[in-house]
Amino acid sequence: MNETHAAKNGVAAESWRDRLTRWRYDYWPDHVLGEILAKRWMETAIPVTVLLIVAFVLSEAIPNFLSAASLADTGRQAGEIGFIVLGMALVMIVGGIDLSVGSMFALTNFCALFLMHVLKWPVAAAIPVTLIFGAMLGAVNGILIGIFRLRAFLTTLITLIIYRALYELLTADYATAIAGGMPDSEMWDFIGYGEWAGIPVVVYVYAAIAIMGHILLTRLRPGWHITAIGGSRRSAYNSGIAVRRTVTMCYVSSGVLTAIGGIFFASRLATAGGDIGVGLEVTVLTAAVLGGISLGGGKGSVMKALVGTLIVLLIINGLTTMSLDGGYNRMVLGAILLLAAAIDIRWLKNKHRIVNKVYVSPTYHALPPAPSTAADCGTPWAINDRLRPATAIGLGRIEGPEDVILDRNDNLYAGSRHGDIVRFLAPDYEKMEIFAHIGGTPLGMAFDRNDNLYVCIGGMGLYRVTPERKVEKVTDETNRSYSSVNDDSRLRLADDLDITDDGLIFFSEATVRFEMHEWATDGLEARGNGRIICYDTNTGTTNTVIRNLKFPNGVCIASDGKSFLFAETWGCTVKRYWFDGPKKGKTEIVLDNLPGFPDNINNSSDGNYWMSLVGMRCPALDLAWRMPGFRTRMAKRVPRDEWLFPNINTGCVLKFNENGDVLETLWDMGGKNHPMITSMREHRGYLYLGGIMNNRIGRIKLDNVDTSFVQYDKRWGKS
Amino acid sequence: MTAAAASKNISQQTIVFAIFVLMFISFSIFLKGFFSAGNLLGLLQNVAILGILGLAMAVVVIGRGIDISMVAVLAVPAGLMLQLAQEGYPLSMALLAAVVIALVFGLINGWLIAFAEIPSLFTTLASGLFLAGLGQVAFFRLDVVQWSTSLDPISWMGRGTLLGVPMPVIMFAVVAVLVAFFLKKTRLGAFVYAVGDNPIGARTTGIPTRPLIVLQYVIAALIGAFAGMVMAASVNSMPTRIFNSTLIYDVILVVVLGGIGLSGGRGGVINVIIGTALIGTLLNGMTILDISYSAQNLIKGIILLVAILIDSFLNPRNEETAQQGDI
Repeated sequence: MNETHAAKNGVAAESWRDRLTRWRYDYWPDHVLGEILAKRWMETAIPVTVLLIVAFVLSEAIPNFLSAASLADTGRQAGEIGFIVLGMALVMIVGGIDLSVGSMFALTNFCALFLMHVLKWPVAAAIPVTLIFGAMLGAVNGILIGIFRLRAFLTTLITLIIYRALYELLTADYATAIAGGMPDSEMWDFIGYGEWAGIPVVVYVYAAIAIMGHILLTRLRPGWHITAIGGSRRSAYNSGIAVRRTVTMCYVSSGVLTAIGGIFFASRLATAGGDIGVGLEVTVLTAAVLGGISLGGGKGSVMKALVGTLIVLLIINGLTTMSLDGGYNRMVLGAILLLAAAIDIRWLKNKHRIVNKVYVSPTYHALPPAPSTAADCGTPWAINDRLRPATAIGLGRIEGPEDVILDRNDNLYAGSRHGDIVRFLAPDYEKMEIFAHIGGTPLGMAFDRNDNLYVCIGGMGLYRVTPERKVEKVTDETNRSYSSVNDDSRLRLADDLDITDDGLIFFSEATVRFEMHEWATDGLEARGNGRIICYDTNTGTTNTVIRNLKFPNGVCIASDGKSFLFAETWGCTVKRYWFDGPKKGKTEIVLDNLPGFPDNINNSSDGNYWMSLVGMRCPALDLAWRMPGFRTRMAKRVPRDEWLFPNINTGCVLKFNENGDVLETLWDMGGKNHPMITSMREHRGYLYLGGIMNNRIGRIKLDNVDTSFVQYDKRWGKS
Repeated sequence: MTAAAASKNISQQTIVFAIFVLMFISFSIFLKGFFSAGNLLGLLQNVAILGILGLAMAVVVIGRGIDISMVAVLAVPAGLMLQLAQEGYPLSMALLAAVVIALVFGLINGWLIAFAEIPSLFTTLASGLFLAGLGQVAFFRLDVVQWSTSLDPISWMGRGTLLGVPMPVIMFAVVAVLVAFFLKKTRLGAFVYAVGDNPIGARTTGIPTRPLIVLQYVIAALIGAFAGMVMAASVNSMPTRIFNSTLIYDVILVVVLGGIGLSGGRGGVINVIIGTALIGTLLNGMTILDISYSAQNLIKGIILLVAILIDSFLNPRNEETAQQGDI
C-alpha cells in the first residue's frame, strides 16, 4: 500500500505545464475528428457544401431566388430531372452508363402527350402505358448491355441516336395534333400543376421514389447486388449473383424513371418541341458525378443523386434568371463542374489518407516513476529465476494461447491464433485435439456451472462451446452509446471474462477504436477506449457497465461475489468494481503504478489472485505518454512500423491480495525459457502459463500450495 | 491481322470492313450515280473532317481516354482565327492565336485528367462546354464567322484539288500518315499504347504516364484545331453553332466502329479509316436515296447496333475477362 500512496503523491505533484496539457487533452475530444472523417456519409460532405455555397451565392446575387414561388418551380424541375438522375445513378452504380436518357425522355414525353392529346385516353390508362413504354426503351439498352454484353457507352450512344431519330420522325407527323388537342382532365392538370401545402405533386412523388430507392440500395438484396456488381463485376459473378439479370433490370429501371420524368414534364408543358431532351444526358451525367456517384461503378447513393440534381439545377436556373448570354451559361457551368469534380475526386481519393493521419489521436497519460524490480530492491518485485524451470506443453504445435484453462477432469484448454480451441488431454498433456473451431482470435476463457466454456473472441464477440462441442454465439453487440461518433455497438476486441454465481458474465472489451491487430496503436493513444460489458445469461441482454478504461484486460470475480477485479493494461492498475451490495456502482483502486502492463487475473489456491504482466514499462514510453504532441507527430510523420511499441517480450506472474499487497512474483531473469506471459491458471499444485506470442503452454510446479486445488471445483463445487 | 487470328477470331474491324464492302458493292450496283469518280470524291470530301477528328480521337482513345470537347476545339480556335483576320490582324497573328488557344486547351484538359484525376469523359464534357461558352462570349460576334481574304494564303488547306483529289481528303491522308508514324514508329507512340493497355503496369515500368496523358490531349487539341481550319477553308466560314450538333457522337462512332476499343491500347489509324469509310458510304448512299436527316440517323443507328451486336456474338466478352470500369 505504501507504493500506492507514493504513486498518488507523485501524480499530485504535477507541474502547471503538465496540468495544462492534461486539461487540454482531457477536455478537447481529438479523437472525434478522425471518427467523423471516417464516416461513410462524409463522402457526401463536399457535394453538400458545394450545394450550400451555390445556393448562398445565387440567393445573394439574385433577388427572390429562394422565394416560395421560385422554389416551387425549382422543385418541379428538380423532380422531373431528379427521376432521370436516379435512373442514371442506378446504372452508374452497377458499372454502366446510360447516354440515351435524353432521347428516352423526349420519347416518353411524346408517348404521354400522344395518348392524352391525340388518342384522348384517360390518365389512368395513359400513365401505365407510358411507364411500360419507358421500360421497353430501357429494356432495349438492358438486353443489349446486360445479356448480350455490349459496351454500355457505345450502346447507349447508338440508342441515343436511334431514339432521337424516332422522336423526330414521330413529332414531324403528330406535333400539330398534339398542340391542337388539349386534354380535358383535372387529374392530368393536377399532375402538372397541383400542389399540396405549397409543394408541387412531383416533389412528393420524387420523395416517395427516392426513399424507396434508398431502401432498395441500402437495405434490400437486389440493391446490394447492384453495388456488388458495380464494385467488382467479376467477384459478383463468381459469388453467384445474377449479373446479367441485375444489369438488365437497372437499365429497365432507368427507362421507367425517365418515363416518370417524361410524364410530369408532359403534363406541365404539353409540348413536343424539337429540342426536348437534347443534351439532357450531359446535365444528368453532370448531376450524378457532381453528387459523387463515381463513373467506375460501385459507389453512389440516392442522397448523392439528389444533391447533384439540386446543384446542377440551381446553377442552371440561376444563370437563366440572370439572363446572361448563353455563352456565359456554358462557361460558368463548365468551370463550376470542373472545379467541383476536381475537389470531389481529390477528396474521395485522399479521404482515407487524411483519416489515417488524424485518426490516431494520442492523449496525456502520466504515470509516476515505476517501482524498481531490481534483484536487490528488497521488495516482492525483485526479479528472480522462478519461471526458469517451466516445462513446455504442446511445444511448436500451438500458436498464441492467450489464455489457458483446465476443466474438472484436468484437461487443459487453450485458444490459438487460428481460431481454434485446443484441448490437451490429461494426465500427460501429450495428446492434443481441436476441441472446437470458432474463428477469430480466442482470448479469455471461463467455465460456467454446466461445463459450458465461454470464450472471448477478438474480432467476433463472446462465444460459448457446450460440452458437446457445439459452438454458439452468446453476444456480439452491446447498447450503443449516444455520445460516441463511431458505432460502438459491435464488439471489436472482447478480451477476458468471468462469471458470477447469478449467471452474470462480465467481460472486458479492450478498445472500441481499433481492431485486434492494432492493439499497440491503442497503447500509443493511451486514451480510455475500452469498457467492461455485462451479459446476463438469465435475460440474454448485453449492456455496458464501465466505459473509458485504458485497455481493460483481465477480469476476475472477487471473493465477496458482489464485485470483480479488472486490470487496465495501459493504466498499469488493477481496480475493483461492485456490481451489487452496499458499494454497488463504486470503483476502487486495488493496485496502482504497476511496473508493467497487467493482463489476465485468476484465483489462487490460497484465496489470493494470480496476475500476469504481459510486458514491462520503460522510461521512454512513460515519457512519451506525457507528451501527446510528440506522439501525434510520430503518428503523422513516421511509418507505422517504426512507431513506439510497448514492450511485451518479457513479463512476470505475480500474486496479490484484495488489499492491494503484492505477495510474490515469478520471473524468468534474462528471458531464457519462458518470459512471455498473458495468463496463468493454478491447478493441482501446478501453474499453467499462456502467452499470446508463444508456441507452447508453460507449466511449473508451485511449492507449498494446496495440491488438490481445482479452480472449477472451487468455483462451482464438486459435481 | 494474322491468318491464325483471322480464322479463330473475326475482329470487329473485319466485320465493319465487310459491312462496308457489302454496302459499297450494293450501293454501286443498285444506286444510280453512286459509283462515279465525282460522287466518290465528294463522299470522301464530306467525311474528311470527320476522319481527321477521328484520328485525334483515336490517339486519346488508344491511351484509354475520351475527348468529348473535340467539337469545341474544332470550332473555337479556327473561329478565333477567322474573327481576328476579320478585325484586321495579320495572318501570322491569327494563326498563332488559334494554335496557342488549342495548345493551352489541350494542356488544361490533359492536366485535369492526368494530375487532377478527373475522369476524361467528365473533364472533356465540362471543358468543351467552357471553351464553347468562351468562344461565344469573348470571341465571336455572330454565329457564323466569315472567311476573310487576308487568310487566303492558307486557303489551300481546304480548297482546290491535288491530282484531282480534294484538298480536305489530302489533309486527312497527311494527318493519317503523321498519326500513324507517331503511334507506330516513335517511342512516345508505343508508350501511348502501353498506358492505354495497362496504366498501372506502364507506370510501374517507369513510363511517365501523366505527362504522356497530357501529350495525348495536346495532340488531340492541335489536330482538332487543324480540322477546324480545314473545314473553315473548305466551307469559307466557321459555323460556330456546330457544337450544338451531334457531330461528337459521329466521331466516337467512327473510332469505335473501326475497332479501337474504348478500353484502350488497341487499334490504329487503319481502324479510323475503315470507320470513316463506313460512315461516309452510309451517309452518301442515303443522301442519294433522298432519305430525311432523321431517318438517316435512324438507319445509321440500327446498322451500327447490328454491327456491334454481331461483334459481341463473334467475340463474346465474359465476366472473367471484363475489365473494371470498362464502360
